[in-house]
Amino acid sequence: MSVLSASGLSRSFGARVAVRDVSFSLEAGERVAVVGPNGAGKTTLLSMLAGALEPSGGSVARLAGRATGWVPQQPALYRRLTVLENLRLFARLERLDDVDGAVARMLEVTGLAPRAGELVARLSGGNVQRVNIAIGLLADPSVLLLDEPSSSLDPRQRQRLWEFVAGLATGGTAVLYSTHHVLEAERYADRVLVMADGELLFDGAPGVLSEGAGLDFEGAFVDFLRERGH
Amino acid sequence: MRWLLLKDLRLLRRSPLLTGLLIVYPVAIALMIGLAVSSPPGKPKVAIYSGVVKGQGKLSFGSSKISVGKYANELYASVNPIFVHSPAAAIAEVREGRAQAALIVPHDITAQLDDLIRNGVGNPTVEVVLNDHDPLERALVNGLIQTRIDSVEGAVSRQILKVAVSDLQLVLTGGSINLLGANYSLLGLQAAKSIAEHAAAALPRGSPLAAQLHRVVRFATLATEGLAFAGPALGGLATPLTVHRVELDGHTTPTATYALAITVAVSLMFVALLLGSAMIALERAENTYRRLVRGMVSPASLLTEKTLVAGGCGAAMALVLAAVVSAFVPLEWGRFELWVVTIGLAGFAFGALGVALGSLARDLSAASLLAIGVALPVTFVALIPHNVVSSGVGTLLDVVDFAFPFRAALDAVSNALSGTGGGLLGECLHLLLLAVVFGALGRLALRRFDLA
Repeated sequence: MSVLSASGLSRSFGARVAVRDVSFSLEAGERVAVVGPNGAGKTTLLSMLAGALEPSGGSVARLAGRATGWVPQQPALYRRLTVLENLRLFARLERLDDVDGAVARMLEVTGLAPRAGELVARLSGGNVQRVNIAIGLLADPSVLLLDEPSSSLDPRQRQRLWEFVAGLATGGTAVLYSTHHVLEAERYADRVLVMADGELLFDGAPGVLSEGAGLDFEGAFVDFLRERGH
Repeated sequence: MRWLLLKDLRLLRRSPLLTGLLIVYPVAIALMIGLAVSSPPGKPKVAIYSGVVKGQGKLSFGSSKISVGKYANELYASVNPIFVHSPAAAIAEVREGRAQAALIVPHDITAQLDDLIRNGVGNPTVEVVLNDHDPLERALVNGLIQTRIDSVEGAVSRQILKVAVSDLQLVLTGGSINLLGANYSLLGLQAAKSIAEHAAAALPRGSPLAAQLHRVVRFATLATEGLAFAGPALGGLATPLTVHRVELDGHTTPTATYALAITVAVSLMFVALLLGSAMIALERAENTYRRLVRGMVSPASLLTEKTLVAGGCGAAMALVLAAVVSAFVPLEWGRFELWVVTIGLAGFAFGALGVALGSLARDLSAASLLAIGVALPVTFVALIPHNVVSSGVGTLLDVVDFAFPFRAALDAVSNALSGTGGGLLGECLHLLLLAVVFGALGRLALRRFDLA
């Protein structure tokens, strides 16, 4: 079942085209990685899918009645509020029926319950990212969009993150994440979208990209981009 | 919007140092401006040396005398005089910084004045020595001394004219004068003419004296007519200009109340501007702006919420300030609801301006800097009396006053606090209009970031 689909999605900033005519769809429980070099248009694409940025052209279709969770690259929360206060505030702004229930659930799934009363400013980078993700998940979304979720995490925190994402997908949540660590795409995604200069160049399983290239995934990815002039 | 509002108030409560500074800083600035505006300039210290011997500071004109000492006393009352015994000591007082100026009056000043009046020769001179360390102070002291010297000159001129008119009248109509303690009767031209006419009529026809007497009568007639015009003309010159001062009832705000209104308006402006600009900038600094506006709240609601918090906090602080100061300055407590309305509207307008500025800036420090950068010149422009500058500059100041809320806020608050003056409705509408305009500008500024 498709929970989100983009059709001919484009976005320009003045004369610069950041995303050009991108189309794809996401199925429930699917983990999809968006990979590409810096400036490929990954963040712009995720912002449009999240509804945080108006597309210049094309459209996004979402599953009716279900929210789309968005976790921006930079943590978007209030550092002078506690973990609990942040979650409560955003749950109320999301107009959830059961604010306390949703907050308790997020504290539990992110393992933040013991730190609930702490100011976010005093948390480690990894824990701040967990709060950031928890806020994105508050409304029990059918799709979770993660923009470079592992960029500020150490290896152990990254491991926990991907385990958490796998658990979400198992529960039926479609997860679309951007990363410039191509190995994270190969290891944790069911599908990869390769972007460069705003264009979607590849949409398929990671194995397909490296198949027959005689290279590891990273080498095959670089080769793929070079062949297409990027 | 309610949850965002509570969140912002909680964040303010969590930052006591910032909140304290936000209140103390504008109140301190406002009190300083208020005191400076309401206090008259202090009396400057002037070293005075007078070489005139006591009792010889009088000028005589006919039967009248002018006491130069009386006018000197007026000068002494308007400064803090330091009397010294020599010109060198007076200069030393200035040089050592104990006095801002020195006034040196030569011993023969009355003789010089007398010579000028009676013979039209000489140039009576007093010496003013100014400390050139501070040009503003120098201008103030110089102006003060010059004003007093002008008043002595004016008094001498008026007295001379008065004596001249009196003597002229005596020549015309006659009377008595006192010379060396004895009274003498003076005939006067009109009586002389009458006597000459009677004498001529009494002479026998053909008498050679009759022609002579008729010449005297003709001279007396012409002189009487001419001098009859000259008298009032000279009298007019003696008092060349009469100033009639009119105080309009009910439209003058007492100085202390006006100073308080300035204090309230300045504090309100700083708090609302700084809070408004900082709060909207903080949403971007925390990266929460994008998260909030993707369905949780509209940008317009977000701007309104920030405006309400900023304006509300500023207005609450301003009302407390007014209430505390009312212990020292009599205010119209019966108009308290007008205080609330005007201060509330002013807070709303300042808050909207602050939010618009915060929407323009990319980060928190730029937003605060922008807010202060706007607040200071707008305040000073509003406090400059527009009638002391050229008409072109005055028009420019009027435009600035109209385009920013400070002047309207000051007038509205001043009227509300003192219960004087009209036009409160116009000022309130002006503030409301500015709040709407700045709200729209803030929304436009935020679109820049929506599109980025």
